[in-house]
Amino acid sequence: MYRYDQFDATFVRERTEQFRGQVARRLAGELTEEEFRPLRLKNGLYLQLHAYMLRVAIPYGELSSKQMRKLAFIARRYDKGYGHFTTRQNIQYNWPRLDDVPDLLAHLAEVEMHAIQTSGNCIRNVTADHLAGVIPDEVDDPRVWGEIIRQWSTLHPEFSYLPRKFKIAVIGTDTDRAAMRTHDIGLKIVRNDAGEMGFAFYTGGGQGRTPIIGPLVKGFVAKEDLLSYLDATLRVYNMHGRRDNIYKARIKILVQSLGAEEFGRQVEEEWLRIKDTVLKLPEAEVARIRSYFAPPAYETLPAYIPEFEAKKKADADFGRWVRANTDVHKVDGYTAVSISLKPVGAAPGDATADQMDVMADLSDAYSFGEIRVTHRQNIVLPNVRKQDLFDLWTKLKAVGLAEPNIGFVSDIIACPGLDYCNLANARSIPVAQRLSRRFSDPKRLSDIGELRLNISGCINACGHHHVGHIGILGVDKKGEEFYQVTLGGSSAEDISIGKILGPAFSYDQITDAIETVIDTYIDLRSEPSERFIDTYRRVGIEPFKEKVYGSSKERRPAAE
Amino acid sequence: MANDRPLNQMVTAQWLLGGESIYWVAGKGWSDSFAEGTLYVDQPAADAALAEVQEFVKQRVVVGPYLIEVEVDKDGPKPTSARERIRAAHNATFDIDHGSWTARIAD
Amino acid sequence: MVVLRNGVPQPNEWVRVADDAALPEGAKAIVSLERWQAEREILRQRNTAIGVSLKSDQSPLLLADDLDHLSLVALEFPKFTDGRAFSYARVLRDRLGYRGEIRAVGQVLRDQYLFMTRVGIDTIEPPAEKRVEGYAEALKEFSVFYQPTNDRRETALRLRHGLDKVATAAE
Repeated sequence: MYRYDQFDATFVRERTEQFRGQVARRLAGELTEEEFRPLRLKNGLYLQLHAYMLRVAIPYGELSSKQMRKLAFIARRYDKGYGHFTTRQNIQYNWPRLDDVPDLLAHLAEVEMHAIQTSGNCIRNVTADHLAGVIPDEVDDPRVWGEIIRQWSTLHPEFSYLPRKFKIAVIGTDTDRAAMRTHDIGLKIVRNDAGEMGFAFYTGGGQGRTPIIGPLVKGFVAKEDLLSYLDATLRVYNMHGRRDNIYKARIKILVQSLGAEEFGRQVEEEWLRIKDTVLKLPEAEVARIRSYFAPPAYETLPAYIPEFEAKKKADADFGRWVRANTDVHKVDGYTAVSISLKPVGAAPGDATADQMDVMADLSDAYSFGEIRVTHRQNIVLPNVRKQDLFDLWTKLKAVGLAEPNIGFVSDIIACPGLDYCNLANARSIPVAQRLSRRFSDPKRLSDIGELRLNISGCINACGHHHVGHIGILGVDKKGEEFYQVTLGGSSAEDISIGKILGPAFSYDQITDAIETVIDTYIDLRSEPSERFIDTYRRVGIEPFKEKVYGSSKERRPAAE
Repeated sequence: MANDRPLNQMVTAQWLLGGESIYWVAGKGWSDSFAEGTLYVDQPAADAALAEVQEFVKQRVVVGPYLIEVEVDKDGPKPTSARERIRAAHNATFDIDHGSWTARIAD
Repeated sequence: MVVLRNGVPQPNEWVRVADDAALPEGAKAIVSLERWQAEREILRQRNTAIGVSLKSDQSPLLLADDLDHLSLVALEFPKFTDGRAFSYARVLRDRLGYRGEIRAVGQVLRDQYLFMTRVGIDTIEPPAEKRVEGYAEALKEFSVFYQPTNDRRETALRLRHGLDKVATAAE
């Protein structure tokens, strides 16, 4: 993985000291809260419901075991012993004190980490496919480009006061595990007809109150032109994006109002002026960064390992976990293991300091010390030998981290919701907990099959409800929590925006309503292998509506 | 329906350093306890209290004071909105005992 | 009122003139874009230096044909959160090749000052209530820069690869 050189290390140290100064000026009265707020946000520090919240950047979702141990240390020393992994592959601490944050950041800097641009109206921490570098059929490794984008975007002098936040995601395969087209810029690494590598720019996607699937604005940008094309895109946005209405300030609104074609034309015009300047990426820098992502020292192993196959058959629980929680690896004899942060009844994405330490130790023992965070709020050990899986599983089980539910209905994305968040209208985590208890039987889960259930506590859609196969959106009605259900969304390569099922449900009704939707799917599916989303696309929303609202009076929502 | 009840309000804010929610106790100062907060039954009194506490913002003791609606029943006062009820409890509503994974497995 | 150049306070030689006020004799004057456009022919005849102030929704492209006559372009920051002028400064320098003074006025905060110097802004008018020493400190907070702009600071990338020692005619 990437390691800081003297420049990066100096920079992060300087940024930490700058923030220390900003906090000191706030406490000394040189900065009002109004002036301090954007400064603390640009460094990931929010003031939430009960306390400050610090969001720490995990660029493109990659962590070393050493960094994970530091995250555990911070959870113990500055928080209440846990952290929350987010849909942007970052980690949030819910309880730090303002005056502790500069020291906390200094600890992070020791392991080449920071909280730069994890919030605020600037270019946010870049995300990527969590299987980057280990998945077969990858055109190129998104981490290389994620790191280049991280450096380019860090304290960009021109783009630090944008109309609104700006999120970039990078993928390198046809399969989209990073919800690429829900980003302000989604980058897909592609090859052109000449076989050269470059980027397809999907610009102007987003969620929030106006969900939009990012349109293809330019099919191929050569790799040396990546930064100039990004610069041109951001310049057009910075000058022309709306600033009069916060809800219309994202780039998606600009792209929609101009049309993707006209927007692309304006970017092209700007880009042609700057593409052959110092923004052109030197091959030497790409090679330097790429060298950090060289594959670890894989052993030569057979693809088929008889003892492992026998273990899977002999131990049904182990077999189930392997089927649900491992992904195919580009190297024979290896696999990428997902550690579910969604045990039954847990807060999705939360991990305790002790669990973080265990995951760090296990990654040292079994995965070359590499760890990834997924946008579905799970952890991945990307390089595990198949012959080690049983030992790994046994050790994960001992600490409650072997839930075999990746991709199933209990693998829920949930934002922090009204339990923590200042913007939320309704709680998300307790709803997720109730659902995960309702769907706790592993056999039932695998019978239901792949089902993406996403919960947001407000229309900002941090919990990706628009693109869940089933989405739940918390709304406020006269101070009480209600939940609206959407069906048919997807954030993968078959991306779609969910449709609203009907009137919202109360906190006590929502679990039953979701179960009815799922039971309806079981009745309707043409065969057990037909996924929920495919059944929905085949039959439409009406049969679900009938079952949920139909004649059954007790299920009719009380409000609206 | 809210209009039928008498309007009760309280002044709340957050400590600048820790961010915890706090409630204004007239004549005394800030309390972490919602139950101790002073109830204002008419708008001018509530507005006057909100104006009075601006001094604590200037002195960099608290952040963002505002008025919340409170309803009073036989058990005493409680915030009208779910949001404010969660704030007043100073914690998430679910069991966040992450302290031991054995507890989590047993859950 | 002082202005800052490279963090150093200087007397302000420029006078901002309201649209309905007469231009001060012999003093450097800044007028609005509207006035410039209405009185361009007369203003060009003036012997003393003249500048134009752009609001945050007025693109410098509106001055594309006038820049030879302008000694100063002022970019307004109505709120510090309105960052359009960061791009306007780059358009003035890089696209329009403007070599005169670019000045930031309005709600210009200390923590934006380094960014401003990086995109081509020469001088700023800090709000009266702010401590001007802080602005000078802000310029010293960083020694490492990732983005190539027009400010001649070497980027980490160029230093890494020894490109700072190579002639940079292309710049």
